[in-house]
Amino acid sequence: MTTVRPPIFDFDDAFFWEGATEQKLLIQRCGECDTLRHPPTPMCAICGSTNNQTTQSAGSGIILTWIVSQHPTEPDAEPRIVILVQLDEGTRIVSNLIDVEPTHDQVLNDKRVEVCFVDYGGTVLPQFRLAGVQS
Amino acid sequence: MSGTRAVIAGIGHTEFSQNSGRSTLQLAAEASRDAIHDAGFSPTEVDGTVTFSMDTNDELALIRTIGVPMLRFCARTRGGGGGASATVQLAAAAVESGQADAILVYRAFNERSAHRFGQPIQANPDPAWNWASPFSLNTPAKVYSLTFQRYMYEFGLTNEDFGRYTVVARDWASTNPNAQFYERPITLQDHQDSRWIVEPILRKLDCCLESDGGVALLITSAERAADHGADAVPILASSAIQLEGGHEMFAYYHEDLCEYPEGRVLGQQLFNQAGITADDIDVAMIYENFSPIVFLQLEAFGFCGRGEASDFIKDGHIGRRGSLPVNTNGGLLGEGYIHGMNNIVEGVRQLRGTSANQISGAEHVLVSAGRSGIILGR
Ligand SMILES: [Zn+2]
Repeated sequence: MTTVRPPIFDFDDAFFWEGATEQKLLIQRCGECDTLRHPPTPMCAICGSTNNQTTQSAGSGIILTWIVSQHPTEPDAEPRIVILVQLDEGTRIVSNLIDVEPTHDQVLNDKRVEVCFVDYGGTVLPQFRLAGVQS
Repeated sequence: MSGTRAVIAGIGHTEFSQNSGRSTLQLAAEASRDAIHDAGFSPTEVDGTVTFSMDTNDELALIRTIGVPMLRFCARTRGGGGGASATVQLAAAAVESGQADAILVYRAFNERSAHRFGQPIQANPDPAWNWASPFSLNTPAKVYSLTFQRYMYEFGLTNEDFGRYTVVARDWASTNPNAQFYERPITLQDHQDSRWIVEPILRKLDCCLESDGGVALLITSAERAADHGADAVPILASSAIQLEGGHEMFAYYHEDLCEYPEGRVLGQQLFNQAGITADDIDVAMIYENFSPIVFLQLEAFGFCGRGEASDFIKDGHIGRRGSLPVNTNGGLLGEGYIHGMNNIVEGVRQLRGTSANQISGAEHVLVSAGRSGIILGR
């Protein structure tokens, strides 16, 4: 059973976690110039606007880099594959790859992935599966 | 510029250990007393301090302990170990602008026997951790490994390549009596026999040596240092670089995951200020929380090309009789992890000619903490 450390919502990123509970991967979007940004910030660095909107990501992208996370002093903790995803919309996000054996002797770089949502004991996280793989 | 040139006039440090058995304030005080004394100064002449924002030793507690009657300048660096060399930048700026005459730089902690940085975080220290810890990035080793993996993938490296750095660091440490790994060199096989921290990226011997200890520097003008008979080392350049999209821990949002852009810009700043090039550096002290960060910095500063650090190290450039001796005290893996400050002490010793692993004729030393750095010279 995977346990996760829940995020601590703040003003600037609550929308993201609330979106996740509704199965939406939201990317912050400037309401004035449409620039996308992640991680969220309370102002658009391009135009200075605080009209902060969101756009729903299609949830597709590629794995730029990845590791198998397993703390050596906590052997019972479930290993998880951590990935850095380049979304097709252009922003990047850290997440996990699920439904793949958490072994290090495979090549996951540059593989296409698709978002899904998993409820870990009340914390809903966007997670990813290899593209074209049904659960 | 006014013409006043800042120098490092004094160095001081405690022993580096796994359990100091005393308070961090005592460690800070012992290192500070020794640095002031080493410069030929009295505590009553100190009028400024610089430390890390993370340091737990309050300025007023320290000056009451060591006998400094008055401060007119106090500053602290941003971030963590990446700000190690920025302490010297802040002190030099204050001295050269006349804000203070004699600045005590200090850093002390019980980072092994008390709060260990390498353990899993228990609460998100800042909102940026929301984009890491829920996904199981909860230790520095994992956080950094996520970019190291891409570097390994791109250039076809294995953990053995990183091990070759550790072997060199432990070789330097083996002949440095201040090093915790004094007289304990290792082979590549020893490295490969150490346990995985993040397989297949980092082993235990790729990680810095969490340590207890204190380091201090006394920074003043060249004129004052000369008046006091100090064996002073000029600060030829100092800078600290923060880039939009960067983060102290999460280097995930810059376009190229296989370079250290802060280091690249830092190198340009430092070489410009000092009026020298990478070829003029005789000894490089390079902050390493984990061995691969040395590779990224060697490339960022132009000591070798992109993806070439592995061959540069394999070819013997950074060791004894190499073209660019690196971390001649054993570095943070071999001497101890005093948040990078012990590397500055070694830089001063190389230029004074008093290092345990003296490089003869050293004239220019780079002391890099990745995003902050200094060039010391003769
Ligand atoms: Zn905008």
